[in-house]
Amino acid sequence: MTLMHDFTPLPALIGGLLIGLASALLLLTHGRIAGISGLYASMLDRRSSLRALGTAFVFGLVVMGLVMSWLRPASFPAGPVRSVGLTVAAGLIVGYGTRLGNGCTSGHGVCGVGRFSVRSIVATLTFMLTAGLTVFVVGKMGAS
Amino acid sequence: MKAIALGAVSGALFGVGLSISGMTQPAKVLGFLDVTGRWDASLAFVMGGAVAVYALAYRLIRRRSGPLFDAEFHVPASKTIDPPLLVGAALFGIGWGLGGFCPGPALVSLGAAAPNAAWFVLAMTAGMLLQRFTAPKPKTETESEAG
Repeated sequence: MTLMHDFTPLPALIGGLLIGLASALLLLTHGRIAGISGLYASMLDRRSSLRALGTAFVFGLVVMGLVMSWLRPASFPAGPVRSVGLTVAAGLIVGYGTRLGNGCTSGHGVCGVGRFSVRSIVATLTFMLTAGLTVFVVGKMGAS
Repeated sequence: MKAIALGAVSGALFGVGLSISGMTQPAKVLGFLDVTGRWDASLAFVMGGAVAVYALAYRLIRRRSGPLFDAEFHVPASKTIDPPLLVGAALFGIGWGLGGFCPGPALVSLGAAAPNAAWFVLAMTAGMLLQRFTAPKPKTETESEAG
């Protein structure tokens, strides 16, 4: 595993401000929390009243990925960082966990913390802790 | 139609932010989570910036009687710290630390055809469906942080 260690606070801050603005826009227009795991799950759920909005939001995300891969290819890695096996395991756990815990980095970490929700603050501290521990353990095991 | 289009605009703006921030670089995410190693603190600025803007905007927007295209705000009010919240968040962190992807950056990376992104999104979709079909009772939408 090769980790980059370039300290890039300025793009991080600018990106963060845009993420905050995008989340605020969804609250202003639709009165909804910009939680990506939830919006994506709504897109997958035929019974969800949020299906159209979730689909539109996810469409915006995915299309902008394509656009940014042209405009700023350095935003994306040239090669894989983890094996396909670890990636699939990670995806399964993220999918299951975000639905069970009702949120991910966006819904809990940005919107929830931003509106001082106790549940979201607890959730954010929990997933930051287990994520850090996991990186530590994977590093010790030398897996990638 | 205009309302739905603004949902796509919000997603697109979110996607630009994620791409610029470094969150779509799994190596950078793992470097940020690697606090006991050579910690790269950059991504703390992503969350810091996003939370600062949102906290301010949230207070301003909630002064309105409602959002532009809906009768009322749909913001979760629950304060209950229950096992599903803790177990779900703990699992999410494990998956995030294993792959270096959380849902938003994974979807942006899918659009960029970045390495492993399609595998991750496919597996994440399966994980979400598994949770939905094994959940003891359906959650009502108003309870959900929908994050």
